Amino acid sequence: MAGSNCDLFEFGHRACGGCGAALAARLILDAAGKDTIVCSATGCMEVFSTPYPETAWKVPWIHSLFENNSAVASGVEASLKKQGRREKVIALGGDGATFDIGILCISGAFERGHDITYVCYDNEAYMNTGIQRSGATPYDASTTTSPAGKCSLGNPRQKKDLPAILAAHGAPYVATASIAYPADVKKKIQKALETKGPCYVQIHAPCCTGWGFEGEKTMAIGKLAVETGLWVNFEMEEGRVTRAKKVVRKPVEEYLKEQKRFRHLFRPTRNDEEIQKIQAIADRNADRYGIDLKIKKD
Amino acid sequence: MMEIMEGSHAVAHAVKLSRPQVIAAYPITPQTHIVEALADMVADCHLDAEYITVESEFSALSACLGASAAGSRVYSATTSQGLALMFEVCYNVAGMRLPIVMTIVNRSLGAPLSIWNDQQDSISLRDSGWLQYYAQDNQEATDLHYIAYKVAEDHDILLPAFVCLDGFILSHTYEPVDMLTQEQVDSFLPAFTPYQRLDADDPVSFGMYATPEYYMEFRYEVDQAMKRSLKAFSAAGKEFAELFGRDYSAPVESYRLDDADTALVAMGSICGTAKDAVDEMRKKGRKVGLLNVRTFRPFPDADLAKALSGVSRVAVLDKNISLGAKGAVALEVKDALYGSGIPVLDYIIALGGRDVRKKDIAAVVDLAEKNQGDLFYGLRKEVL
Repeated sequence: MAGSNCDLFEFGHRACGGCGAALAARLILDAAGKDTIVCSATGCMEVFSTPYPETAWKVPWIHSLFENNSAVASGVEASLKKQGRREKVIALGGDGATFDIGILCISGAFERGHDITYVCYDNEAYMNTGIQRSGATPYDASTTTSPAGKCSLGNPRQKKDLPAILAAHGAPYVATASIAYPADVKKKIQKALETKGPCYVQIHAPCCTGWGFEGEKTMAIGKLAVETGLWVNFEMEEGRVTRAKKVVRKPVEEYLKEQKRFRHLFRPTRNDEEIQKIQAIADRNADRYGIDLKIKKD
Repeated sequence: MMEIMEGSHAVAHAVKLSRPQVIAAYPITPQTHIVEALADMVADCHLDAEYITVESEFSALSACLGASAAGSRVYSATTSQGLALMFEVCYNVAGMRLPIVMTIVNRSLGAPLSIWNDQQDSISLRDSGWLQYYAQDNQEATDLHYIAYKVAEDHDILLPAFVCLDGFILSHTYEPVDMLTQEQVDSFLPAFTPYQRLDADDPVSFGMYATPEYYMEFRYEVDQAMKRSLKAFSAAGKEFAELFGRDYSAPVESYRLDDADTALVAMGSICGTAKDAVDEMRKKGRKVGLLNVRTFRPFPDADLAKALSGVSRVAVLDKNISLGAKGAVALEVKDALYGSGIPVLDYIIALGGRDVRKKDIAAVVDLAEKNQGDLFYGLRKEVL
């Protein structure tokens, strides 16, 4: 990868080939640079990057627990402030740590206004423990705790709208991004780090193992999520959406059919009713964020 | 200078004199007066510290963990349910060898809800890797903070420490306290020098995961540091005594034990009552003494066995219960005296703030002399 900081997340870690989260880590550090302290939550990223005595992190890095990375980051920030130091502080967690178990600590840190950037790599389930549903798992996705079955269509709920929740805390900058758009990820990380106060960046990070696709398709899957409107790359400044990536939208089916987690919507029989419900989610996203350049006709 | 102060305020003042750089705390009875006093000091620029008003005790200790790892001297205070909520972080702080000092204003744990004193909260964290020091009075409660920072931050130790004082009994009681000056404290407790810290110029990874090939060695090293800390505690206590005249260097304090038949063993403020009770019993010719356990973690086995070597029986006053077993102090005492043949009788006493008077201590000695022990003392009759 081009760029002066890309070696700050070292090769040789234990992520799966095609891991979206590992790519996110490289992009985050590439954008943040060496004067950054990373506070990681327990999860895939922490486990695959720091098996003692090896570490992939060439910046100061700390992992404490699953749910407390933003509280740890609060303490790091206060400590640096007291010492007159200038390192940037990033709290980093997966969607389980961020949407579910850690939300109390995140809410506290954002309410208090610490100068930290919280980055969520969102792979839409608890991947480290074996693909269980989280508050970020999309509607109808089959996971090991929301399996599709004779009387189940997979996860019965839509993703929690965490960006809106954190914007409601008064966060000056909230953004979503996708590893399929690397330059956009880096730009948003930089903007978050440059913005004083608690900022939030949520990066869509497809998981080949958990979602069920071949590792070489990670970028393509990430791109399809954006192109179908099921994932929107946007920015919120002072609580208002100021920018969203416009696309010529494709039908959601093109995204769904590529992944085993949605296979039950197509096999043994096609479930048009459910596919339509998911299309409606994309349509609402498109309407809410104004992302349509031109809707592609069948 | 001798001042009449509430225990909480005396502790807060000692904390201020210890020059913490980051404080993170969450209010809970009966700890609140400490953190309120510290907030006042920060608000009036009497204390130059970052004060983080977290949203839970869990975050209080998590923020302390981050602040300590980034290289600052750190302080928090809690009790009871708050400490229970910190459970997960407590083990983490010790495993990461971060020398945080935290005051535990001892209180019982629910259910049923009780805001009153016993020592179940800190005792329940006995296996977490935190040093545990118990104060007998408010003078000791203040002084133990300086000693705790000194031991915790020693690069041969690097362990977090609880300074425990009994809720309400000490925290809300006004007593004369000789408060040191800033110069005096500075002469005893130098500025914090972290062994390692989060630093962009020298990046390290804290809190990596360890496979079965490595995990046990980390635990071994914490245990070794714990054991080394007994000497560090005594050395710090001696230095403190030389400078300021108050001697806490003994991990166990003996009181009239020399020719005692019955030895009471206790921790914390109950020792003051027990000493008075011992004096009264001595006047009546009964050979009774007291052993005050100052350091519960690490447990001073050898010192305790030596101090109790000549007694005929030991009566332990436990303000906690390991349900289904015995009081935690009695279990340690039995272990320390194993093979000596000295009987150890356990008395679960004063749970949930039930008052203990001199006559109760005397009643316990009566029971012990009749070889009746291993019981809850003073229960209401309807449960018997």
